[in-house]
Amino acid sequence: MDSFPKVQRESLESVVIRFAGDSGDGMQLTGSQFTSTTAMMGNDLATFPDFPAEIRAPAGTTYGVSGFQIHFASHDIMTPGDAPDVLVAMNPAALKTNLADLKQGGLLIINEGAFVKGNLAKAGYVKNPLEDESLVGFRLVTIDISKLTLQAVDAFGLGSKDALRCKNMWTLGMVLWLFGRDLEPTVVWLREKFAKDATVADANIAALKAGHAYGETAELPSGIGPYEVPKAKLPPGLYRNVTGNEALAWGLAAASQLSGLEVVLGSYPITPASTILHTLSKLKNYGVVTFQAEDEIAAVCAAIGASWGGAIGVTTTSGPGLALKGEGIGLAIMLELPLVIVDIQRGGPSTGLPTKTEQSDLLQAVLGRNGDSPLAVIAAATAGECFGMAIEAVRLAIKFMTPVILLTDGYLANGSEPWLIPKVADMPKIEVKFQTDRPEGYHPYLRNPDTLARPWALPGTPGLEHRIGGLEKNFDSGNISYDPDNHHKMTKTRAAKIAGIADHIPEQQVEVGDESGDLLVVGWGSTYGAITAAVRKAREEGKKVSQVHVRSLSPFPRRLGELLRSFKKVIVPEMNNGMLVKLLRAEYLVDAIGVNKISGQPFKVAEIEQAIAEHLA
Amino acid sequence: MSPSEPIKKLTRKDFTSDQDVRWCPGCGDYAILATMQRTLPELGADPAKTVFVSGIGCSSRFPYYMNTYGFHSIHGRAPAFATGLKLTNPELDVWVVTGDGDGLSIGGNHLMHLLRRNVDLQLLLFNNRIYGLTKGQYSPTSLVGLRSPSTPYGSIDLPVVPASLALGAGARFVARSVDTLASHLSETFVAARGHRGTSFVEILQNCPVFADGTWEHVKTKAKVSDSVLMLEHGKPMLFGENKGLRLVPGKLELEVVTIGENGVGEADILVHDEGNRPMAFLLSGLEPPSFPMCLGVIYREVGPTYDASVRAQIDGAIAKRGVGDIDALLAEGHTWTVE
Repeated sequence: MDSFPKVQRESLESVVIRFAGDSGDGMQLTGSQFTSTTAMMGNDLATFPDFPAEIRAPAGTTYGVSGFQIHFASHDIMTPGDAPDVLVAMNPAALKTNLADLKQGGLLIINEGAFVKGNLAKAGYVKNPLEDESLVGFRLVTIDISKLTLQAVDAFGLGSKDALRCKNMWTLGMVLWLFGRDLEPTVVWLREKFAKDATVADANIAALKAGHAYGETAELPSGIGPYEVPKAKLPPGLYRNVTGNEALAWGLAAASQLSGLEVVLGSYPITPASTILHTLSKLKNYGVVTFQAEDEIAAVCAAIGASWGGAIGVTTTSGPGLALKGEGIGLAIMLELPLVIVDIQRGGPSTGLPTKTEQSDLLQAVLGRNGDSPLAVIAAATAGECFGMAIEAVRLAIKFMTPVILLTDGYLANGSEPWLIPKVADMPKIEVKFQTDRPEGYHPYLRNPDTLARPWALPGTPGLEHRIGGLEKNFDSGNISYDPDNHHKMTKTRAAKIAGIADHIPEQQVEVGDESGDLLVVGWGSTYGAITAAVRKAREEGKKVSQVHVRSLSPFPRRLGELLRSFKKVIVPEMNNGMLVKLLRAEYLVDAIGVNKISGQPFKVAEIEQAIAEHLA
Repeated sequence: MSPSEPIKKLTRKDFTSDQDVRWCPGCGDYAILATMQRTLPELGADPAKTVFVSGIGCSSRFPYYMNTYGFHSIHGRAPAFATGLKLTNPELDVWVVTGDGDGLSIGGNHLMHLLRRNVDLQLLLFNNRIYGLTKGQYSPTSLVGLRSPSTPYGSIDLPVVPASLALGAGARFVARSVDTLASHLSETFVAARGHRGTSFVEILQNCPVFADGTWEHVKTKAKVSDSVLMLEHGKPMLFGENKGLRLVPGKLELEVVTIGENGVGEADILVHDEGNRPMAFLLSGLEPPSFPMCLGVIYREVGPTYDASVRAQIDGAIAKRGVGDIDALLAEGHTWTVE
């Protein structure tokens, strides 16, 4: 199947590559193309795009560096990898900001054409690192990619700026060759991407092929490549690559199909949630209505209005937006209408780190409203899981007539993984029952004794005219009530409704390991991969460690408390300053200990391993 | 109601809910409520398809008293809830009820975007120039100098002119009426409901507790008043004793003239044209004592509505690509099979 001559390739089990360059160098495209080719070649993989908040930071600066890391392997992998085996640095700033992460003895591919005086100065190098001893610990490959790219595309008559832009494809071609990947998917993709400009497509393809040919003609130093990474053994079926935000958007569209209701999305652009709005805006023929509102508040309010009208009201946002939506969400709790709020968490507080990942909205999601205002909070563990969690959020919202907050984060939103495509047609339908008749004694706040949910009666239904609003309701009539005992009863009822969800979701399971032991590692959300990998390793070393991953944060699943009490020690790794750990301690009176990382970067497996070792010592 | 039942002519009672009305005695809101409850049956409105959406404030209690669907939401956000509702079910006849504080202060942003989008609904802004429910603070329409609990030395904010603000935001229907002018208010409701798009209606409303008499000069029962001009499309803009409006020659500016004086004849008086947008701006800002206050439909122009346009895009996508199948969507693009 290889489209290139057979060469002797060194077989590797797993590789971590990081592409790093200027924001304008096209590193995200290079990385995502390498990813889709790698996925098609049957490796398991995980990716971590890491880019600055500025769209085009000044060229050549360290704060304008954009990176894309991919971990691919011939076995099941859980994370984008701790430290890269291969670093591709397109300019001095990329080298400066990424070199510390590269493994000792790692392969360092450098575009020496960009190591000119001006760029070196912008990166803060007094001396050219290519000319001193600073890179001796690495296997260094310096190539004048800029020059070779210009030569490769010379025939197409592009301006020098456009011509130089092709250097990311040259680099991609070379790295594809290095790891025995096919060129064809990228050729097809370039033809599609530049369908309107054949010259640009041809030039990029020429650069891609030139980079590939450069590797093939064995101009690399001896001992460096080529490599192969055999296929992974994944469960059989049809796969595609998916980012968390894509999966989430498709999950919402699937929920529309499964419920027979329209999804009405009210949203306001915010990093890193906007791509959900973009994806759903294209799905107008899939039962999806999108509304880019004037602000975060209008977005949630429009979603609530839509829910009252009989749609699945959804709003998507990130931390600062969730703060603005607080009053609206409180109203939805009071109205007892279905509503899905998706929060793609990022570094906070305030504007914080817009493009970096964090898990610091947990307490805001669970508690962050005025009054006693319980709602359901669930969190996805992987990019692929965002699909099913979106469906679950809709199911819970409708079944319990409640707002549901679905938490993911920047890491899941932008990171991708191979995804076994589910069959929506075979999934259980989401049951919807609108009130249409008026039985004796009917009122809008009558409750289903099983779920405590109130009936969903839509405006337009004859005979069911009613008024809803943010003022407290009488338990027995649904009318406004300022009665003290009634408010006590209604507050308890709203709490009981949310607590009761625990009877309708799966009991807490142990993810990895036994149901008792020396140490339990409790995680939630995107730390899943790193924790799983670390716990597996620790168990291979004979340590009595287990992993619990909490997907429902409000209410907690049944058996969680029992499991927490079955271990001598409990640690809770989180990308925040200790939030789940507070909730667990408060709820279960266990001495859970936080392991916290608040750097805007996901946990490395080694960091969790170290925490496990420390707490077992 | 089952389809077999004979169609009964509805009355005011059918639009009156069983809730006790809790406004202060003498509040202008009572008059507005009564006019609404009387007008809707005359229009053949269906209570099941009629929805009142409000924010917070005295005016926003309105939905509780209408025996229709009602939504008492949060402060300033009624336009956003109504937009979501209309996107979901464009068939509903939606009325947003707001006030000068709710609609122009905390909800100013949403009002602006509702108007420019032209969502098909009616918005009634009860303007009493005061915060009533929070006990008498000055509002965005209070006059400079107003002494209130929060402005003991007098308000220093320039007041908003709601109708001018609405026109500036792109409103395509702007009208003004008065709480106690029952038949004029009723006609204004009828016109607003008949217009497709956002119909903005400012209702000059009296708060007898905190701002009593604020509109007294325009509430005169007298047939002839120097302070009120009743606009009628196609009719000369006459008011008071033989007074009328005309353009100052060579300027985009109005002046009050008297027929029979200085050679002014009836032909010199401007004729109200509801479709004249620049003129609507001029009329919306007129105020006593130099000018009369204009009541009636100031501006009306038909344009595409937001809810219909959203639905048209969806229908277009379905016509072009068929009803989407999510399983087919997931299998599109780069996929591979693991054996």
